Formats: sequence, C-alpha cells, structure tokens
Amino acid sequence: MAKITLDDLRHAYGPNPERPEDYALQQLDFTFEDGGAYALLGPSGCGKTTLLNIISGLLTPSHGKVLFDEEDVTGLAPDQRHIAQVFQFPVVYDTMSVYDNLAFPLRNRGVPEAEVDAKVREIAAMIDLEDTLMNRASGLTADGKQKISLGRGLVRSDVNVIMFDEPLTVIDPHLKWQLRSKLKELHQRVKRTMVYVTHDQTEALTFADKVVVMNVGEVVQIGTPVELFETPGHEFVGHFIGSPGMNILDCEVKGGQAFLHGQPVATSNASAVKDGAEGPLRLGVRPEFVSLSETDGIAADVVKVSDSGRYQIVETRVGDAPVKLLVNEGIEIPAGKTALSFRADRTRVYRDGWLVAGGAEA
Amino acid sequence: MNKLQNNKAWLFVLPVFALVAFNAIIPLMTVVNYSMQETFGNNEFFWAGVIWFQDILQSERFHASLGRQAIFTASILAIEMPLGIAIALCMPRKGPWVSVCLVLMALPLLIPWNVVGAMWNIFALPDIGFLGHMLNAIGFDFNFTRQPGDAWFTLILMDVWHWTSLVVLLAYAGLSSIPDAYYQAAKIDGAGGWAIFRFIQLPKLKRVLTIAFLLRFMDSFMIYTEPFVLTGGGPGNSTTLLSIDLVKIALGQFDLGPAAAMSLVYFLIILALSWVFYTVMMRNEEQ
Repeated sequence: MAKITLDDLRHAYGPNPERPEDYALQQLDFTFEDGGAYALLGPSGCGKTTLLNIISGLLTPSHGKVLFDEEDVTGLAPDQRHIAQVFQFPVVYDTMSVYDNLAFPLRNRGVPEAEVDAKVREIAAMIDLEDTLMNRASGLTADGKQKISLGRGLVRSDVNVIMFDEPLTVIDPHLKWQLRSKLKELHQRVKRTMVYVTHDQTEALTFADKVVVMNVGEVVQIGTPVELFETPGHEFVGHFIGSPGMNILDCEVKGGQAFLHGQPVATSNASAVKDGAEGPLRLGVRPEFVSLSETDGIAADVVKVSDSGRYQIVETRVGDAPVKLLVNEGIEIPAGKTALSFRADRTRVYRDGWLVAGGAEA
Repeated sequence: MNKLQNNKAWLFVLPVFALVAFNAIIPLMTVVNYSMQETFGNNEFFWAGVIWFQDILQSERFHASLGRQAIFTASILAIEMPLGIAIALCMPRKGPWVSVCLVLMALPLLIPWNVVGAMWNIFALPDIGFLGHMLNAIGFDFNFTRQPGDAWFTLILMDVWHWTSLVVLLAYAGLSSIPDAYYQAAKIDGAGGWAIFRFIQLPKLKRVLTIAFLLRFMDSFMIYTEPFVLTGGGPGNSTTLLSIDLVKIALGQFDLGPAAAMSLVYFLIILALSWVFYTVMMRNEEQ
C-alpha cells in the first residue's frame, strides 16, 4: 500500500520532443492518496492510457518521476512495482481453472499452497465466483473473466494499486451496472488504491472519489464529481461531462460585467476578468442552471424541444448562439420569443478555455 | 419457425458437384474398380473380389514400407514441431529483421520438390558434395548411397530443412496474434518465461499447431518426390516409403489390382489417422 506521486511527469513517444504537441502527456504533478478511488476520464487519444501505463510500469516516461511513497519506481518493471491491472479485453489463462487463475500470481511468488488456498477462496467469495471456481476459465462469460482479472489483483496482499483500463468495454449493458456497483463495493471493502481509466463519464463519476479529466495529453481538471459538475475548471470539462454538456457562449466583459449578445448577464467571476489579457472570453452555464423566465431576462428564441424522458431539453437561440436548457416534464414551453435566466453563481466566464479565477465565489 | 424450402439452391451447387465428381470421385471410383479386378492386359478385366485387399494386409512388403513410413513421419514430426516453435519464438516481433527472417524462412518452401531432392543428393554425395565431404573429412564414414543409416539421416535432414519453415511460419503467425495485454498481465502476475510459454503462448498456438501438425503428418505420410530423387528408396529397400513402394507396384510391375487396393488402404490409413489426431487435439475445445 502506498501513495503514488507523479513528479513533473511528461511523456513523448517520439525522440527529441520540442513543441507541446510532441508530448502524448503534458507536464503533470499529482498525488494519488493511498486507498483512494480515482478515475482518469477523457476522450479516445487523450493520453489516459499512456498515463495508466506509466503508473503501472509498462511504459517508462520520457521526463519526470513516479514515486510510490518515497521510493522512485520510474525505472522499475510492473512486477517490481506491486501493481495489478484489469485490461480492456479480459485476460484469463484459458487452460487453467478459475481457481488456478486466481492462484497463479501467488504461486508465481512462491506462496505456500495452504495460504494460496485460503486467499483464493476468500477472494472468490468476494467477487461471486465460488460456484464456478473449478470450471475452466475459458468457459466463463466476459464479465466473469473480468472478475477473474480483478481477482488476480485482489489475492495479492502486496498490491499498491489496482488499475482498470476501460474494463467494461466488452460487458453487456445490463451487467455493466452490476459490475460497476460491485467494484465500488469492493473498493470500500479492501481500501486499495484504484485507478480507473474510461471515456464514459457515468463510469468515472459513479466509481471515483476524484476524477482526473484529460484532453489532448493535458490534465484539464482534477476534482470530485460534484466539483466537475458544478465548477468546471475548463470549457472542455463543461461540455464533456454532463448530458447535454455545458452551454459555451461567446461574450464580452466590460468593467466587471459580462454581456451576452449585448445583454448583461450576472456571473460569479466576471469581476475578476482583467482587461487587456489575451484569449477569447466565453460564458459557461450548464443547461441545468438555465431556466425560462416570464418577466425579464435574456431575450431568446425557442428553436426545438426534445423529450429525454425525465425532462425536456429546450434548444433556444440568443442571437446566433445556441443555448440549451432543461425543463421538467409537464411544463408548457412557449413557442417563439421567450426570456432566459442564468443562475448567477453557476454562470462563469472562461478565458481561452480556462476558468477565470477569483470573483464572488472564490 | 417455418423453414423456407427452396430446392432451386441446389442448382447453384451443381457446377461444384460436377467439378468435384470429375477430379475426385471419378478417379477414386476407378481405383476402387481396379482394386477388385484382375487384368492381364488387352483391357480385359476379371472379377477378383477382396483378394487384393487380403494380399496387401498380409503382405510383409507392405508392412515393412508402412513401418518405415511410420518411423519417417514420427521422426520428422518429433523434430519439426518443437524446432519450428522454438525458431518462431526466437524470431523478432517487430523491426526491419522481421521481413528478413520471414523471407529466409519462406525460401525452402518455394523450391520445387524434385529440386530439393536433387540439391540434397548432390550436397550429401560423399566425394563431391559439401555435406558428405565435410562429414568424411571430420572422421565420419558417411555414404548415404551405401549405408541405410546415412540414407535415413540425409532423408530426415532434408525434410527438416524443407518443411520446418511451414511450422515456423504458422507458429509465428499464431504468436503475432496474441494481444500484448496477455504478456503485460503475465508480467504483472509475476510469471516467468516458462510459465508464459506454458500458459499463454502454447494454449494460444494450439489451433495453428494442430493445423501445422496435420499438414506435416499428411504431407510426410504421402511424401514421394524428394526421397525418390534423393535415394530412390535405397540402398536396397531401406528408404522405400509407402508411396515409393506403391509406384513400384503400379508402374514398375504394372500390377494394377494390388496397387489399387494398396492405394485405398493407404488413403484410409491417412484419413483415419488424421481424424484421430484432430479429435484428440481438439477434444478440449468444445467446453
């Protein structure tokens, strides 16, 4: 058991990286606390698997260090780091029984057979594989095989961290939910550090205590699911997390007041915007925090209403900019002209993609 | 569910049936026909019943060639399978050397069989051949045209040289198709080289190795050209394998009936053994 520190970490696959684009993983300093549940979330090709492989030791970073507690493990192979990993596609040893699969990592480490037996049975009970323990592993379904992969990590007492590389990719939808809750439950039971890589926000937000959001090789925000939802640190986080994602609208800021299409908008941080700084200014507000207002507000046109089942998604236009909002079922949506109100404490100004720091809430 | 009956579909398979009938069934039936008749030339045939089959099954000559054939096939399989796997394991997985290795491996397979026989015949000649000369030079009394042991040594060496590549290429293709995750998982689980081979590579190679084994079994059991050119079945009858013996009976002695009966027995042996091997090797796949 150990905390994992990434110290000035960067990685480039090609030799002699010069520009930031040459790096598959941009500079990163972060500490995974011992026993935490973390998710690395981002679209395909964002560098999350690269980061995962660096932590597990399958890849040596081109710059920086990986520390397990205070020990520098940057140059160590996976088996010397005491980690476990569950891969995207189930990896089981086909010719062995489920029992032998679970016993394999222990036997390779020369653990006495009596101890192996006790441990294997304990873990099999934990991951609901007791009934199929003596079956051949190749005969199990995909979710059973993923459980075996996980079990091979759980049987070892020396494991510092268990890594998951999109483990639910090949699992049937109705089993995904089950396996996800199982995973969460297991984490609470064994208190091992777990790092879960995924491009699925639901998986990340339900599993993790802390989510690391990545985009094109860069960590854009690290936070709890609530923080990511309520205070996106970057436009990317805003529209990647949430369904539909955050509204991002070009805006102007004059004297600490934001204007959208010439109309003033109350925000939480416009007062912190400094004049003359580089980069375009944009306003971010989630559809959950936009509402229809009968009296005053920002003039808008209703374009389309679609029903998601739990609520109605209303698409409107403020000038040329599309603004989405969520309205509860059963409420009549006026056609044509209407007015919108944005919740001030959830409406923020972003400069060049990043949240402008300061303002009322800071 | 009601199955739609559409017998018109048979029309589409008809050309294939015709083709198969022409190139397989008709010649085979001719052989069946010969195997039950006696002929003295002039295209006159007399019914002989199963007499040729009785003769063949009791013939010491047939038993002897069958025994030699079994020893030959068993020997080359015992050498080529492990050797092929070992070479495939040693080959690089990526980089410029991959294509070099693949071309080198494929070369023996591209040489016509009678050329292989002729090459090895000259290569192993004790006076002028490189192999034969060197063996004698370092003190072995090597002469494959006179000594049965030396003939067998040359024959097996030639087959290993010619056909191990096939096992290598199949095994290499099988190895290349194993996803990296398996090796990574094995590394994480602390598995050593032997465990990786035993629990990952070998199980994943099982299907291609079954195919390699069957191909090598069938080909070597039917081998004719190379030993015919290399030793001609000699010295004496010491390297007379089944096919060489068959040709001697059919074309040397022109005993059509016995040769046809022998062909059928020969064919059934290969068919039966292939089926047995396949069933045994695939018995765990269904679970």
